[in-house]
Amino acid sequence: MINASELKIGYDKKVVVDGFGFNIRQGEMVSLIGPNGSGKSTVLKVLARLMEKMGGAVLLDGADIHRLPTREVAKKLSILSQYNITPPDFTVEELVSYGRLPHRKMFQLESKADREIVRWALRQTKLEKLANRFINSLSGGERQRAWIAMALAQQPKVLLLDEPTTYLDISHQLEIMELLNTLNRELDLTAIMVLHDLNQAVRYSNRLIVIKEGKLFMDGAPQEVLTAEMLRSVYKVEAEVTINKQIGKPMFMPLGLAFGT
Amino acid sequence: MLTGKSRATCREVNTRLIKRLMVLVAALTLLVTAGFLSLRFGSVRYATADIIGSFLGAEGSTAKVIIMDIRLPRTLIAIMVGANLAMSGALLQAVMRNPLADPGLTGVSAGGGLSAVTIMLVFPEMTRYVPLAAFGGGIVAAFMVYTLAWKRGIDPIRIILAGVAVNAILGGGISLLSILYSDRIQGVLMWLNGSMSAKSRFHVSILAPYSFIGLIAALLCINTANVLQLGDDAAKSLGVRVNLARILLSMVAAFLAGISVAMVGLIGFIGLVVPHISRLLVGTDYRFMLPVSAVIGGILLTLADTGARTLFSPVELPVGILMAIIGGPFFLYLLRKGGAYRV
Repeated sequence: MINASELKIGYDKKVVVDGFGFNIRQGEMVSLIGPNGSGKSTVLKVLARLMEKMGGAVLLDGADIHRLPTREVAKKLSILSQYNITPPDFTVEELVSYGRLPHRKMFQLESKADREIVRWALRQTKLEKLANRFINSLSGGERQRAWIAMALAQQPKVLLLDEPTTYLDISHQLEIMELLNTLNRELDLTAIMVLHDLNQAVRYSNRLIVIKEGKLFMDGAPQEVLTAEMLRSVYKVEAEVTINKQIGKPMFMPLGLAFGT
Repeated sequence: MLTGKSRATCREVNTRLIKRLMVLVAALTLLVTAGFLSLRFGSVRYATADIIGSFLGAEGSTAKVIIMDIRLPRTLIAIMVGANLAMSGALLQAVMRNPLADPGLTGVSAGGGLSAVTIMLVFPEMTRYVPLAAFGGGIVAAFMVYTLAWKRGIDPIRIILAGVAVNAILGGGISLLSILYSDRIQGVLMWLNGSMSAKSRFHVSILAPYSFIGLIAALLCINTANVLQLGDDAAKSLGVRVNLARILLSMVAAFLAGISVAMVGLIGFIGLVVPHISRLLVGTDYRFMLPVSAVIGGILLTLADTGARTLFSPVELPVGILMAIIGGPFFLYLLRKGGAYRV
């Protein structure tokens, strides 16, 4: 589905990511984790062709994403950035309807099918009742759902999310993560996220990719990746990792900073 | 079967649409009224009957000559220029995502100004080429601004800074020439503050086709302008080529401003303020905001021009001065009153 190899990425001349690569299959739910400045958001931006790369390649269904017409990419892949702005008086439905843009020809008007898909995206994100509210009058969680609905209206196969739960309280965070899980299960939507909360990353993804200083550190199932040793060498944190009996996945409790590593 | 709640929200959306359409209709009505007033008032006042008479016939009467050959062309030019400048400003505010963007920022006004002033002061025998030179100078300056701003893509903040720099340089040139040739400054002052005096049917026939092209191009930009409001990343994710979109929208804006500057000289204020007035009335959606901007621009310039030639008659003021005096307070009123949109 998405295949990144030998990625080299930088700002001006400073190389941030080098020799990075992975292969993601249809229907996977992947979290990119790593400390601040490790280059995980940068990788996500390059995967979504928001940023140019210095070397390497990103293949989407076998085709180079940086060479494909951007509109064609937009029919298969959507990215939700960390910061989003909306004009103050756009309604939820208006915002979501922009998701149909890549599927319409230049200057073509919204068709009945487009409106159906917008309705469907609103239903998936449980926003039907808020469809006519202004985005700016919504709570943070509702606003994030509206943006996810816009991405869904693009009918992508892959959804990239840059820290989708930052700024939200715990219940809204879980609401967003549950929503993504449901979409992943029911629509076979592939999701690649950058997450800060490691326990959430473990809980809601079936694969973790760890970046350290712009290089691939580890790539595997959550239970293999989330270990005391990884936390020590990547985050410099001493932690106790236990397997939670109810969900059968590891979780960690930080004990303190690891010194002398 | 609609539930009570969703029926209520349907009604809500419809009221919004109806309100927006009503604003458009009201603005168009006001435009016709403004145009009508501008035909009535001048150094001679005409009755409504004279105006209707001139449109329907009354061959050879003085009234017909003045109304049809002098006032009507002037009114039409004012409407077109007002609409062009307002649309130009509205598009640039989307391109820069900055409420302070106006047509002057692209360098069009300063570039057009410097070439026009050079001809009027240094080569006065070539004065009839002023419109052509002003248009050319404006486009060259806009090209300079965008070339300077380009660095692996076009960043709004760099366009603004490059625009400020180019404006300062060209503005310096205008000031220098004005001082060196201060004996000939009179005609130049009028041009630098914008004037629609002595415009004939000939001028209308030149401006109309370009304005029409500009209008169509601007209307085709509506969708892109809306998407740019969602931010660069979201626009890219939706498959918009953001750099290309910025350049195309800027080109349309520069063209609209360029033809206006070439025809009537420099008129500030409209391009900056009319889009805001329009936003306060119909919101930020360019499908409504852009057409309403065009109409309000036309109204404002027509009224300002009518005032400019009658208030201190026989002295005629540059229209830019009146514009600021009428438009400024109205803008402040809307700003205080507020709406869904806040500046």
